[in-house]
Amino acid sequence: MPLLEIKNLTVKFPSRKGDFTAVDDVSLSVEPGEILGIVGESGAGKSTVGNAIISLLDPPGYVSGGSVWLKGERIDDLDENLQSAIRGKRIGMIFQDPLTSLNPLETVGAQLIETIILHLKLDEKAARARAVDLLNQVGIENAEERVDQFPHQFSGGMRQRVVIALALCSDPEVVIADEPTTALDVSIQAQILGLLRKLCEDRNVGMIMVTHDMGVIAEVTDRVAVMYRGKLVEIGKTDDVLYRPTHDYTKSLISAVPRPDKKVDRFPLVTYIEDVTERPDDMKLSDMWLGKTRDYEDFDGPMLTVENLKQDFVTKRGIFKRNHKYFTALKGISFDIKQGEVFGIVGESGSGKSTIARCVTGIYEPTAGDISICGADLNKLKDKNRRNYYRRQTQMVFQDPFSSLNGRMRVENIIAEPIVFHKQAADKAEVKKIVDELLETVGLGIGAARKFPHEFSGGQRQRISIARALATRPRFLICDEPTSALDVSIQAQILNLLKDLQEELGLTMMFISHDLPVIRQMCDRVAVMQSGEILEIAETEALFNAPQHAYTQSLLGLMPKFRH
Amino acid sequence: MQNENLSLYQDFRRRLADNDIWYSFKHTPMAYISAIAGLTMIALAVFAPLIAPQNPFDLASLDLFDASMPPSWMDQGDPRFLLGTDDQGRGILSTIFYGLRISLFVGFTSVFLSLLIGVSLGLISGYVGGRVDSIIMRIADVQLSFPAILIALLIDGVFRTVLSKEIHEDLALYVVIFAIAISGWVQYARTVRSSVMTEKIKEYVQAGQVIGLGSARIMIKHILPNVLGPVFVIGTLHLALAIIIEATLSFLGVGLPPTTPSLGTLIRIGNEYLFSGEWWITIFPGLTLIIVSLSVNLFGDWLRDALNPKLQ
Repeated sequence: MPLLEIKNLTVKFPSRKGDFTAVDDVSLSVEPGEILGIVGESGAGKSTVGNAIISLLDPPGYVSGGSVWLKGERIDDLDENLQSAIRGKRIGMIFQDPLTSLNPLETVGAQLIETIILHLKLDEKAARARAVDLLNQVGIENAEERVDQFPHQFSGGMRQRVVIALALCSDPEVVIADEPTTALDVSIQAQILGLLRKLCEDRNVGMIMVTHDMGVIAEVTDRVAVMYRGKLVEIGKTDDVLYRPTHDYTKSLISAVPRPDKKVDRFPLVTYIEDVTERPDDMKLSDMWLGKTRDYEDFDGPMLTVENLKQDFVTKRGIFKRNHKYFTALKGISFDIKQGEVFGIVGESGSGKSTIARCVTGIYEPTAGDISICGADLNKLKDKNRRNYYRRQTQMVFQDPFSSLNGRMRVENIIAEPIVFHKQAADKAEVKKIVDELLETVGLGIGAARKFPHEFSGGQRQRISIARALATRPRFLICDEPTSALDVSIQAQILNLLKDLQEELGLTMMFISHDLPVIRQMCDRVAVMQSGEILEIAETEALFNAPQHAYTQSLLGLMPKFRH
Repeated sequence: MQNENLSLYQDFRRRLADNDIWYSFKHTPMAYISAIAGLTMIALAVFAPLIAPQNPFDLASLDLFDASMPPSWMDQGDPRFLLGTDDQGRGILSTIFYGLRISLFVGFTSVFLSLLIGVSLGLISGYVGGRVDSIIMRIADVQLSFPAILIALLIDGVFRTVLSKEIHEDLALYVVIFAIAISGWVQYARTVRSSVMTEKIKEYVQAGQVIGLGSARIMIKHILPNVLGPVFVIGTLHLALAIIIEATLSFLGVGLPPTTPSLGTLIRIGNEYLFSGEWWITIFPGLTLIIVSLSVNLFGDWLRDALNPKLQ
């Protein structure tokens, strides 16, 4: 008898345009001590399965068919009181964001003790002892002391450990982990996954691990279920599914995961996705506005020279400047980017990699140091026209496709704005023509022009964002985590597009990412950053094959073990 | 793509059909009933000269023999005056139409004025930050510690002492508008300021900076349209409040003079006759005021809920 079993589960979300079936006839089971992965792209319904098990569907969603069984006992038709007794006691939960799953106003201990007393009916003293013991088990040092601290005194990874302790405190039989490591850095991700694996084995707990990350699946799960648009397309032993996939969707999904082991020319095209937007094959950029006109002066030296760049942020304001408290995001870094080169910057969150991009593009004013684009230091350039001339050469593609476009403007106006502002076109008709060309270039079609950003998916929005960046005819494109908010199949498309544009237009690129396999596929040279410093700069192949710095070596060691 | 050649009108229709707010409007009785009631009131006010049976400001048409008549369905009522007449022989129905005109004019212009002041200051305060922000917000805090009606009284009082009586009489309408506008800007400024602070760190603002756009352009073209949602909600609710403040000021006798009576003036005049049994002079303008402010308030309530994604 399986520990947890779902039979023919169907979940619907009614809306004014008819019912949306989020989960469609899904059956699966979990055995004690086993980790079952549920993998799929956004909208596949994988989180909804987890929520349906614990009857915590977001309204107005409801279970329209099927059943959930815990140790042979049906639990989905129990009344709310009995269900909430199971939730947290027999089924533990770990959510994605460790920042929001703890109450910031109570100490970690208080939250643990409350839950322990509620579910295990222990007295205060025994509950506290158990809380300390649990914190020890999840690898928090000085548990005796830290139990009385507040969540903000813990780092992200430590907080997620507390959340895990919270999920385990009532000795659950099943744990549902919904993207437990997505908000964490790779080094912490590896630790947390190891911890979950160990806890499952030690306590013989069954776990459902919901994730979009093939690396996580390869790392810890025993079996994996692949979901696509609400349906379960494939389920089986992890090795079988990853290395011998049978369903076409699984095959194309796996082929889209960037390879960490060697550089490939292009990402294999994923055909199994909805918004297939590809550029027409016969398109020649050299005939178009983007490729035709060269309106910049020749320059021989490097595209970008950064020398001793320092950036402080005020963390606490005093009345006078000398009373301000500072946080140093960049501790004097230097590098240069040659023309036509793709330069990668890799590092974990807080390493200062995005700050560099914002200094170079002029969003932040550096505390000290020189930034020169084609030999001109923009912060010292007084002539406004000249400054705009160089500003125009440098454009940026942002990380979040949902906040990087102004939702109140039509796509055509978003793309036209830089063209009009930098007076790149003679009249309205020409602006319109250029906008249409740009939309074609990024593979959207001119029908997109009159729509608003919210009518597009994440990947399509990122294409709009790229079109806007190209609209000033830049020579230097900065991409700040351009695909980290996207699904792998969309990521493959966007990375292909960026590669094509880079080659055809001879763009120089600064490519910022936390994702090593993506860096390997995209970049010629890479800088590795940690806490505001560059530790190592090397040719990509050299870096991946023979990393010099200890930190780089450890980062590479943490790359997901999933190989094609 | 099929909708490449959509006309502007078709495009608008498509977006309207897609719009959740329009859908919610059509399916919330409170919303459309209050909208219809409010629009009817506005229509009555705008077309008052055309539809009112008499012109209460035309002194030649007034006849003191018509004074203090009850509504037409009562004894001694006159079919010419559906809701009766006041002490000077003016038809109540006509004075209500004209009073509504003045009340709504004061309401709309004062709300527009405080919206203009509040949104501009809030935008600057939120975007520029630092010392400018501190100064604007401290002024707002100080003002917020007085009730709105007190501020309006204060401003009206200042104008009364500064201006001579005749000039003040002529300018009374604008003094009242100004007083109400000044008493209400703080709410807009605070709301806009906090929205701007969340908007300005979003990436589309940075994208504008990377393009090279100036601060003014980013503020007005990019941030402003994204912070106006809550402002419209406050604006609707404030409209009802502004009409009531004007009525209160007029009732207290510091608002509009009896020569250009607003609803509040009518209620005050009628109040003096309430105990002599001529209840209609004050009750009907009072009812009108209730309908206007209630319909605007209910519409504002619905708008607030419809624009709040958490309640959907």
